[in-house]
Amino acid sequence: MITIKNLRASVEGKEILKGINLEVKAGEVHAIMGPNGSGKSTLSSVLAGKEEYEVTEGTVQFNGKNLLDMPAEDRAREGVFLAFQYPVEIPGVSNINFLKTAINEIRAYKGLDPIAPKDFLDRVKEKQKLVELDGKLTGRSVNEGFSGGEKKRNEIFQMAMLEPKLAILDETDSGLDIDALKIVASGVNALKSKENAFIVITHYQRLLDYIIPDFVHILYNGKIVRSGGKELALELEAKGYDEIKKQFETESV
Amino acid sequence: MIAEKSHTAQFLIEKISASASKVGFVNDAVLTKALLYLENKGIPSNKNEDYKYCNVEAVFKKEFKNPEQRFIGIESISPYRLPGTMCLVVVNGTFLERLSDVNKLEGVKITPFNELDQATKKKIGSIANVESDGLIALNTAFAGNGFHLKIEKGTQLQTPIQVIYVSGSDGESIVNPRNLIEVEEQGSATIIEQQVHIGEGKVFSNLLSEKFVAKQATLISYIFQNEGPLGYSVNTNQVVVAKEGHYDNTTITLGGQLVRNNHQVVLAGEYSQAHLNGLFSAKQQQVVDNHTLMDHQVPNCESNELYKGIVNDKSTGVFNGKIYVRKDAQKTNAYQSSKNILLSDDATINTKPQLEIYANDVKCSHGTSTGKIDENALFYLNARGIGKESGRKLLLASFAQEVIDKIEVESLREHITHLFESEI
Repeated sequence: MITIKNLRASVEGKEILKGINLEVKAGEVHAIMGPNGSGKSTLSSVLAGKEEYEVTEGTVQFNGKNLLDMPAEDRAREGVFLAFQYPVEIPGVSNINFLKTAINEIRAYKGLDPIAPKDFLDRVKEKQKLVELDGKLTGRSVNEGFSGGEKKRNEIFQMAMLEPKLAILDETDSGLDIDALKIVASGVNALKSKENAFIVITHYQRLLDYIIPDFVHILYNGKIVRSGGKELALELEAKGYDEIKKQFETESV
Repeated sequence: MIAEKSHTAQFLIEKISASASKVGFVNDAVLTKALLYLENKGIPSNKNEDYKYCNVEAVFKKEFKNPEQRFIGIESISPYRLPGTMCLVVVNGTFLERLSDVNKLEGVKITPFNELDQATKKKIGSIANVESDGLIALNTAFAGNGFHLKIEKGTQLQTPIQVIYVSGSDGESIVNPRNLIEVEEQGSATIIEQQVHIGEGKVFSNLLSEKFVAKQATLISYIFQNEGPLGYSVNTNQVVVAKEGHYDNTTITLGGQLVRNNHQVVLAGEYSQAHLNGLFSAKQQQVVDNHTLMDHQVPNCESNELYKGIVNDKSTGVFNGKIYVRKDAQKTNAYQSSKNILLSDDATINTKPQLEIYANDVKCSHGTSTGKIDENALFYLNARGIGKESGRKLLLASFAQEVIDKIEVESLREHITHLFESEI
């Protein structure tokens, strides 16, 4: 589904990603773990198309297309979804209007007619149940006045509404209590299929108790330094990041 | 010291005098005062602090070099009519009964200035001081046959009144529409005033409205400005609110080469309140200048102001909001907020909140912010598949929503929402 080769990116002249290689196939869940400042959020922003980041080298192929050539909106229309670590509040734009606009722009890109109002409402009802999102919230302005947990659940709700091929969850677990974490995770698990894939970016192993990854990668200093199965996350949890830091700092000297 | 006379003003007086109708709604003494003030002080220029960003004198010199006063009329106002309103029409400063729905509503009295009784005539000019502003003097000296609108005591008017000021010219013309609006005790009314420009010539429309809101009366006022690049307008709106009275104004400016709004509200009776809201969107070389003055004269009154502006290209937006709390006006609550979005590096916003407080037991605050479109919010929308252009529109519409939502007349709100969305 997505093939990242030797991806290097900088922001304001400072190189953050220093040659990332990653391949994710349909039906897979990949976890990317790493200490603060390792480049986790930069990777998700670069993949989603945030313009502040300059890609200096490398390629990203998404279902055979060059992802890096596309503006953010086309990446979303092609099926890339980023669940934001810090969802943005947009006063005055209702959640419903926002989602309808998004769905219809994605449909227009694919040459489809706008969604029928009834189908849209049915989908809203079905999907908000999935993340136990209060119906009142969907009528409000996007994320405005939402609690941290509500914002994260709203991200998963949007994901469910837009049905992406590849979802990148950027520290979706941060700031969530255990109940909210379970709701978010069960939402993700319900959406998982053979046709889609997930990249779960997280600092802690905790989320991976509920969303079981097929692969775990450790990102450190802008590179994936180790990859393995789900047991790698447990090892990391037990030993902490210090060992990784020590090992690779020495190597880079 | 003998003041140097204003050449621009003298030239204007000569040019306009010939075509001006002699309605005689003010007495000769006031007329003389107005002309003298105009001759001596002239049309306000950027040397006047209140007109720093809105040099009306320069506009007269440059754009109205030869005011030929070649007016053109209008046969039908149906393109501008909102459904479900009672309509009053003023064409080039003259109230036209022929195009208006006159006296169709109970408790509403509409009288052209030339048919007014002496007692009512005296009220004209009782708020608008000819020696305070050259544009008030200009209007007082040359206003056409305006109208007096009265909502009689206890009348709770359900039908909104729409006043359409049409200015049409095939040359350079200056018009001075004028009215006097009274809502008597315990009466209530909604009035929508709209300025419309027609024809191929430039028009400078210098509108002056005096409004009295009596004891326990309510006046909900909307001003909608959407003139094209040939329209220049000044809208002076002076209001006095009596005890327990309520005045609301929402001014929406979407068009016009130069638009200057002077809103002055005097809270003259205890427990009265006033709310001023504004939304403007300017582009190209437009200048939109909003000046408000909220004058708290007595205790226990409340006022709120919310102004939002969007400026693009090389346009200029101004919000200058003065709150005056007099010595006696204890327990005043007065709030003001101005928020603006700059869409271009060449566009300018000037905001100036001014609080002058002479009472010691008051709650007053003001805030102002000016920024670019929120790039993080735009990226969030893009990341959901919403394109740059529609994302930008969605954000601007959401910015404007807070003001547009103040409009309680549904047909007007929908009309403005639609126009706003096509403008941005």
